[in-house]
Amino acid sequence: MSAGVVLLFLAAALRISVPYALASIGSCFSERGGVVCIALEGILLTSALGYTLGAYATGNAYAGLLAALAAGIATAWLHAEVTVRFRADQITSGLGINLLAAGLTRFGLVRVFHSSSNSPRVEGFADLPLGPLAHLPVLGSLIASPLVLLLLVLLPLSHALLFRTAFGLRLRATGERPEAGATLGLSVTRIRFAGVLLCGAFASLGGAWLASEQHSFTDGMTGGRGYIALAAMIVGKWDPLGAAAACLLFGAAEALQIVLQGSAFPSELLQALPYAVTMLVLAGFIGRAVAPKAVGVPYDPEQA
Amino acid sequence: MTAERRTQLLVASSPVLAVLAALAAGAAVIAAIGEDPLAIYTLLFRQAFGTGYGLGQTLFRATPLIFGGLSVALAFRAGLFNIGGEGQMLLGGLAAALVGAYAPLPALALLPAALLAAAAAGGAWGAIPGMLKARFGAHEVINTIMLNFIALSLVGWLGHRLFETATVRTREIAAGAVLPRLGAWLPALRSAPVNASLLIALLIAAALAALLFRTRLGYELRAVGLNAPGAEYGGISIGRTQALAMTLAGAVAGLGGVNFVLGYKHYFELGFTGGAGFMGIAVALLGRNSPLGVIIAALFFGALAYGGLVVNQRVPRELIEVLEALVILFAISARPLLERVARRWA
Amino acid sequence: MRAPAVQLHEITRRFGALTANDRVSCEIASGEIHALVGENGAGKSTLMHQLFGLLQPDSGEIRIDGRATRIADPAAAMALGFGMVHQHFMLVDTLTVAENVVLGREGAGAFGFFDRARAEREVAELGARYGLAVDPQARIARLSVGAQQRVEILKALARGARVLILDEPTAVLTPQEADELFVVLRALRAGGTSIVFITHKLTEVKALADRVTVMRAGRVVGSAPAEELSVEHIAEWMVGRVPAPLNERSSAAPGAPQIVCEQLDVRDDRGLPAIRGVSLSVRAGEIVGVAGVEGNGQHELLEAIAGLRPARAGRILIAGHVCTGGARAHRAAGLAHIPSDRLHRGLVPDFTLAENLMLGQQRGPRSGRGLWFGGSSMRAHALELLKAFDVRPVSPALQARRLSGGNQQKLIAARELSCAAQAILAAHPTRGVDLGAIDFLHRRLLAERDAGRAVLLISSELSELLALSDRIVVLYEGRIVHETTPAHTDERTLGLSMTGRSATGAHEALA
Repeated sequence: MSAGVVLLFLAAALRISVPYALASIGSCFSERGGVVCIALEGILLTSALGYTLGAYATGNAYAGLLAALAAGIATAWLHAEVTVRFRADQITSGLGINLLAAGLTRFGLVRVFHSSSNSPRVEGFADLPLGPLAHLPVLGSLIASPLVLLLLVLLPLSHALLFRTAFGLRLRATGERPEAGATLGLSVTRIRFAGVLLCGAFASLGGAWLASEQHSFTDGMTGGRGYIALAAMIVGKWDPLGAAAACLLFGAAEALQIVLQGSAFPSELLQALPYAVTMLVLAGFIGRAVAPKAVGVPYDPEQA
Repeated sequence: MTAERRTQLLVASSPVLAVLAALAAGAAVIAAIGEDPLAIYTLLFRQAFGTGYGLGQTLFRATPLIFGGLSVALAFRAGLFNIGGEGQMLLGGLAAALVGAYAPLPALALLPAALLAAAAAGGAWGAIPGMLKARFGAHEVINTIMLNFIALSLVGWLGHRLFETATVRTREIAAGAVLPRLGAWLPALRSAPVNASLLIALLIAAALAALLFRTRLGYELRAVGLNAPGAEYGGISIGRTQALAMTLAGAVAGLGGVNFVLGYKHYFELGFTGGAGFMGIAVALLGRNSPLGVIIAALFFGALAYGGLVVNQRVPRELIEVLEALVILFAISARPLLERVARRWA
Repeated sequence: MRAPAVQLHEITRRFGALTANDRVSCEIASGEIHALVGENGAGKSTLMHQLFGLLQPDSGEIRIDGRATRIADPAAAMALGFGMVHQHFMLVDTLTVAENVVLGREGAGAFGFFDRARAEREVAELGARYGLAVDPQARIARLSVGAQQRVEILKALARGARVLILDEPTAVLTPQEADELFVVLRALRAGGTSIVFITHKLTEVKALADRVTVMRAGRVVGSAPAEELSVEHIAEWMVGRVPAPLNERSSAAPGAPQIVCEQLDVRDDRGLPAIRGVSLSVRAGEIVGVAGVEGNGQHELLEAIAGLRPARAGRILIAGHVCTGGARAHRAAGLAHIPSDRLHRGLVPDFTLAENLMLGQQRGPRSGRGLWFGGSSMRAHALELLKAFDVRPVSPALQARRLSGGNQQKLIAARELSCAAQAILAAHPTRGVDLGAIDFLHRRLLAERDAGRAVLLISSELSELLALSDRIVVLYEGRIVHETTPAHTDERTLGLSMTGRSATGAHEALA
């Protein structure tokens, strides 16, 4: 393989990893607080449509970003409402929300754009003027994209938020042992809501990226990326840095698959790699992924 | 009536309340886009149940939902959440199609072999997360989701060799492997695609009801699902029971693939499940994991699916998907909510 | 700062049909150690949960320094100066000591970051001031139970607790740890802190308390200064009668050994040795009682004999058969088992009474025919057992969770004592059970012994062990340290040997 191909491959891997990483980092907040976030797929989908609608209406990518955040956070809020306030099963809620998002976005597509398959073309983000940095190989064109730059800033910040702040301490305590915080006067409901909504905000950035890169919304355009992001979070051991690294690995597998398409190599099997890796991690073959102890368990103060 | 009895009744009625709430929410949307909700719903359900052909269409759509719902319900009874119905059904359908098209068997043996292949393929795909859970304690929810995607990749890979040129479907099955349409015996159904798969689904439902409530294995399975430490105390192996339940659940979902493959198009086609394996979760949820409940819930969702097509002229059928999702969300929220309401009364 | 005087006035709290607290009144004076005593299920914890804002009383009021006060939640309780150490510690295993202590009141550091160093410094200072030694940087999961309890106390003190509530604090402690705790509690009292101490161990009450309040079945039966009460007097208040002398010793000589442990080693859930080289034999026609402070290996011994926990070394023989493998093998060899935790182990609460009567025997001939399960014979069998063991109501189709605790226990006894097993394990068979049921269960166990069965009885109620056992062994730190018979011992001697002191030494000390 020539250097050019390698560079192309790297660029593709990074580019593919961006939405995974954003959603995956977000899910760390939800799950560390004790709420399983299978709803990631639905959040990506609604925020992608949100971006498209916002950018379509105003012609401005940043207005699209705001709309994406509004739509994605609203979806996450629904998940929080059902799982935290009503204490319903978190997995079923996530699946239900994914179904709802699929239906609602298609409904929106038909009502607004009169098409059941795709929206018209909308604005994407203009590259930031980075001066000489823009000429870096591979990275140059990538970090000129505002959302990528945001991701690079948010990644260390999210790690710090989770592991170095009082909020992060409370969130992690709530995901491990909600009674501990509750008997100290903390509100499990409020903390879990915060975790899920943060997850929604991060994943919305991922949805905005998808729609802005593609310059449109198409039906079912997330194609299971939310589930891959969730898997990456598990492989990354519920840590934003680990999750981002796993996303890079998954992105590389996907990029390799694109490179190898048409060759004799069975690229479809490469497609299964992230899922197989996740299963191996879960079974304890590669490292040991220990979930927060109270994740998936609704907190009922009257039974504490 | 005691407070406790009242709580039980309220909770028992939660699926019905969830459906009513979802229909009410749907009515609001229908009204918002300028249609008459009552007229739309009347049209929808009249088309879905009112004519022989419509009923046949509804039953055709309900059939894989029964399989999917039974699969989820069976696993749930053993304390497991099978989200892998989609992958299990996909592989079951493929196996049935391959045996039906290529197996050098006499006509009489071909159909049973194809059915068996579907169950075996689905069962194998269910056994994987079951054994990973039993052996390593790996959570079946994530594993079954992963396996759905792996099944898709697997089919994509196999497709290079198996699919007819420039299509995403396999060769047509031999006549001996065809499950006949019910319209052949019941002319009222006319050309509706409902076929003998429905009878198999009902048979499986009855068999599972007997298994769960009338056999020693069923007792052990339910004990594991309701209180695993108690079951262990009673000498029941939790791992073995759960692995077995997951395998059986996979086999049931795998059999669901025959509705399309052996009973309708007579070949395997990518995407044929139409999310039926996935919707099985909603069906089991609404049917409260009982075989009879699953059948009723599948009929309801089947009617929505077909009725949604019929009213598509006036109301986008995407609204029906929204309705399905709302039923799920209302159903899971209703129970804790009603319990709280009842507690407040007490 | 003086601790407030606390008055609980006519507190009533119900859970469904059960009245956990029935017009309970109680006063905690400033700066006293107040023992709240009663058997399991007497309503002590419920009362304290209301004081700490975890539950709201249905009626009655809480007065603090004479003023009626509503305590809406734990935050409000803490603001009033209450601190609580729960029976099950409220600690986050994955966090450090310092993080657990400051959780919820971390204080903002630079840029909103959590200042871990400062928290660790504060916790170290606090520990030093009150004589509670813990490493602020240690993760909770790595600490001993005693150290975890010290963290819980630090949590309360860090929030300025002036009234400290401890729920059965010594249940999980070794005697040394308990002694250390008492030193800390006395020091706190000297500093003006009030302490409410929930327990059912009477020796501790005498050793520590200024005042004693005794509860039974949801009511206060008496309250007096500790020095005015004898242990016997408190025991009588607790139980409601002088423990009935059931000592009808078996006349027949014991037969062949039915439960045998040889050099048994068993690990606990954390992988630490819990049973070390225990050899024990229970013969047909005798009841052997196991005494010991909770956490000295009883639980692991029981689970190993039941086949629910693997033995690391040694052998277990049930009715002469060497048993390895799971519970099924042990049952097949002839073991019946009344487990210590009925809702967790002994029952499937959502199963019907008839179904529950088949647990462990689901493959046996009574539960059906061939592959089939259930049917009229199972129902008839259930009806017969429910009547014979006085389980009320007699309705085989009822869910087991709807029974009272006493009836659930009788349901388990009905199942386990009717399967003609030669060896019977009975763990805390009367815990949280009403008096009528206790008497009934005691008599059934004696009848089993007289019918030639071997019974291994584990109980935290010494009076129960003394009343039923033919022999008593004492477990301490995973070893049998003492063996005696009821005729040669009493509660005080047993209690002393449970603390690991040699029995002869104890006799001398008493003499």
